[in-house]
Amino acid sequence: MTRGSRQVGLPPWLFAPAAVGALFLVLPLVAMLSRVEWGDFFGLIGSDSSVAALKLSLRTSSVSTVLCVLLGVPLAMVLARTTFRGQQLLRSLVLLPLVLPPVVGGIALLYTFGRRGLLGHTFEVLGIQVAFSTTAVVMAQTFVALPFLVVSLEGALRTVGGRFEAVASTLGARPTTVFRRVTLPLVLPGLVSGAVLSFARSLGEFGATITFAGSLQGVTRTLPLEIYLQRETDADAAVALSLVLVFVAVVVIGFARGRGAI
Amino acid sequence: MTFELTGAVRERGVDLSLHVDTAEVLAVLGPNGSGKSTAMSLIAGLLRPDSGTASLDGRVLFDLGRPGRAHVWVPPHARGVALLAQEPLLFPHLSALDNVAFGPRSVGRQRSASRAVAQRWLAEVDAEEYADRKPAQLSGGQAQRIAVARALAADPRLLLLDEPMAALDVAVAPAVRQMLRRVLHDRSAVIVTHDVLDALLLADRVVVIDGGRVVEEGPTAQLLARPRSAFAARIAGLNMVRGRREGHGVRSHDGLFVEGLAEEPVAEGQEALAVFRPSAVGVYREPPGGSLRNVISVTITELEPQGDQVRVRTADLSADVTVAAVAELDLAPQTPVVFGVKASEVAIYRA
Amino acid sequence: MRRRAPMLTALLLAMALSACGSDGPDGSSSGTGTTTLTVYAASSLTSPFTELGKQFESDHKDAKVRFSFGGSSDLVAQIQQGAPADVFASADTANMDKAAGDDLVERDPVNFASNTLEIAVPPDNPAGVASLKDLSKPGTKVVVCAPEVPCGSAAQKVQDASGVTIKPVSEEQSVTDVLNKVQTGEADAGLVYVTDVKAAGDKVKGIRFPESSSAVNTYPVAVLADSKNKDLARQFVDLVTGDAGQQVLADAGFAKPSS
Repeated sequence: MTRGSRQVGLPPWLFAPAAVGALFLVLPLVAMLSRVEWGDFFGLIGSDSSVAALKLSLRTSSVSTVLCVLLGVPLAMVLARTTFRGQQLLRSLVLLPLVLPPVVGGIALLYTFGRRGLLGHTFEVLGIQVAFSTTAVVMAQTFVALPFLVVSLEGALRTVGGRFEAVASTLGARPTTVFRRVTLPLVLPGLVSGAVLSFARSLGEFGATITFAGSLQGVTRTLPLEIYLQRETDADAAVALSLVLVFVAVVVIGFARGRGAI
Repeated sequence: MTFELTGAVRERGVDLSLHVDTAEVLAVLGPNGSGKSTAMSLIAGLLRPDSGTASLDGRVLFDLGRPGRAHVWVPPHARGVALLAQEPLLFPHLSALDNVAFGPRSVGRQRSASRAVAQRWLAEVDAEEYADRKPAQLSGGQAQRIAVARALAADPRLLLLDEPMAALDVAVAPAVRQMLRRVLHDRSAVIVTHDVLDALLLADRVVVIDGGRVVEEGPTAQLLARPRSAFAARIAGLNMVRGRREGHGVRSHDGLFVEGLAEEPVAEGQEALAVFRPSAVGVYREPPGGSLRNVISVTITELEPQGDQVRVRTADLSADVTVAAVAELDLAPQTPVVFGVKASEVAIYRA
Repeated sequence: MRRRAPMLTALLLAMALSACGSDGPDGSSSGTGTTTLTVYAASSLTSPFTELGKQFESDHKDAKVRFSFGGSSDLVAQIQQGAPADVFASADTANMDKAAGDDLVERDPVNFASNTLEIAVPPDNPAGVASLKDLSKPGTKVVVCAPEVPCGSAAQKVQDASGVTIKPVSEEQSVTDVLNKVQTGEADAGLVYVTDVKAAGDKVKGIRFPESSSAVNTYPVAVLADSKNKDLARQFVDLVTGDAGQQVLADAGFAKPSS
């Protein structure tokens, strides 16, 4: 792998659209940066509600990412390493949260887990309170973020192929040992990048959260919800908080990149 | 340690039986697509046949497709069969030492004990110095050695080698072959190969597979000296004419008559084979006179240099001549020539 | 190949610019003689204003009314950024004052309606709510608007005036969200406007409470200073404040403006 400006074989006409693409993504960020009242910045983001929202966001996104890994890894393995009837259908359904508008996702979650939903009654009998709880926030985030991990990991699994796993089993390793000592280490980069994507998506999740979990400081009002609310009264605070969100995202992605994962 | 297998895979057109005796090395020869790799996968447990059964040391590995009998299927990790493929397939994230230690570790041995075993096997394959390297830092030959060590460290009852030398440099292969010869001594193994040298140096018995079926089997030297299948003949570098016994020779199905000496009684009209070495063939521009009993008109298809000799290939037969002879006779592809073989150089035996 | 990059860039820029040109601010004549009037109004006015719009169009043969309904503060923000509106009707005086303070309003705004709060419960009223005080019973899941939005500040005022403290399980962004939570049975009760309960029909049950009079939202309407159709805009405002308009608003559940 050589660094430097030796772009061998890259058609020159690619640079113009690439520049347009980059500008399209970067300019809105620049616009936001120019709007912030830098003198008041820490005052704007230091309010109780902002701090509570940030803490809640970090907590829930972390839990959601862990859930995505715990559920997504088995799902990706089944999709990549087995064949069964209806597998294509399952694969399409896994991508559903990517296509659904988040608010629609929230409504679907409400109809499933809400007090009067499909499973709502069962949950209430079991003593599990989902409505208006932080649990609901985590569920909403997991719902929208899971596809990212599954798609990323399934791709990595397919690329690696099953040959190493076959050899490992002939060497005497039971399926669980093969999974632990061969499969997972081989797809670790794909797993990490999928987890980072899931975290980022969870962090920015808005529509499903507000529809399914509601909005209450410290309980369900994550940072995106807080930003949207602040817009009603204090646009400057909203912009400042948005930059906090951007900053967190950049830190997380930078951390993952540093590990050579992405 | 005896191994027996009978298996059929309809989809691949494979239906065969194999057996390996204690401490015996069996070579599986055959053209591409003949079903050799399928056979390996069946033994290792990586492929499920439609029907058949296999047992290793009296322990059933699988028993399928027989009505009225319960299915038995032992998964690959419990068979005691280790597979070495053409590519080393060393685990990229582990060092060479940890790769070799993988087998013992997987069955529960402690890391230190496993590594000790690994060190021993690395020494056995002359690869100790690479213990701490990652697979990406190894050459093809080094990696293949370590793959052999890894397979052996898993202490298999039966070792399978699927064309282990195929991906190696011509220069590196001999050393690996010698190493295999050493480690396969006193071990049950099956080696799939194209190369007659592998069979000769490593195998006690040979099985020839063609079209998904076993077409020939027998002790190595015997089979290669007196092949009974076209593929074996080709691989042994021998000329073979198949036909029916007629008088002092063999009449092939397209009318060619070759006279020779029968090694065993072959009755008139019986299916027979006439075999002779390329080095016993003389190449002439015109039919020679003299005592030569076999004079065959052929057209050269290829000239293959082999050191200071040249193998003159035609559609079915080959002759080895000196480079000087090629120059003198002005031989080239598409030249019509005459092959002459003394009858005393042709061996005839039953097909 | 070297010449193609700049050409391609030029082509893209040309395409981009032409896309910009086709739908710019265009509140004026579209060339066939009809004038389009753009009215920005609070969401709670959706139903009555749509009806008034149709009436306006039938009264003025060469006019079309185009509405943009939304949260009052969102609408003010858009107007401040130069959105092409002719008329602005807000759900409270605070947001109208913002617009007026930026000199975006032509003359003094006119108050044309008022709205008070009402308790909304699911049709079967599972928590047995009958008064405002019931909303503070522990275990009752109550949903209100966040204080930052007009219906939320009204809810806050009502609590302050009556001394009843509600601990909501959620503070929603808009009245629609509150209604949804009540309709689906997720919440036991919610505080919404009288007009919202009326609009929801039999999907929710409404419970009036006397303390609601301490938080009256007054709705002002005004012609915008940058309007290109001031005459037509004034006529629309007259329709809203006139008898016909007031009747439509009353049917929707609005009360007369207090001042």
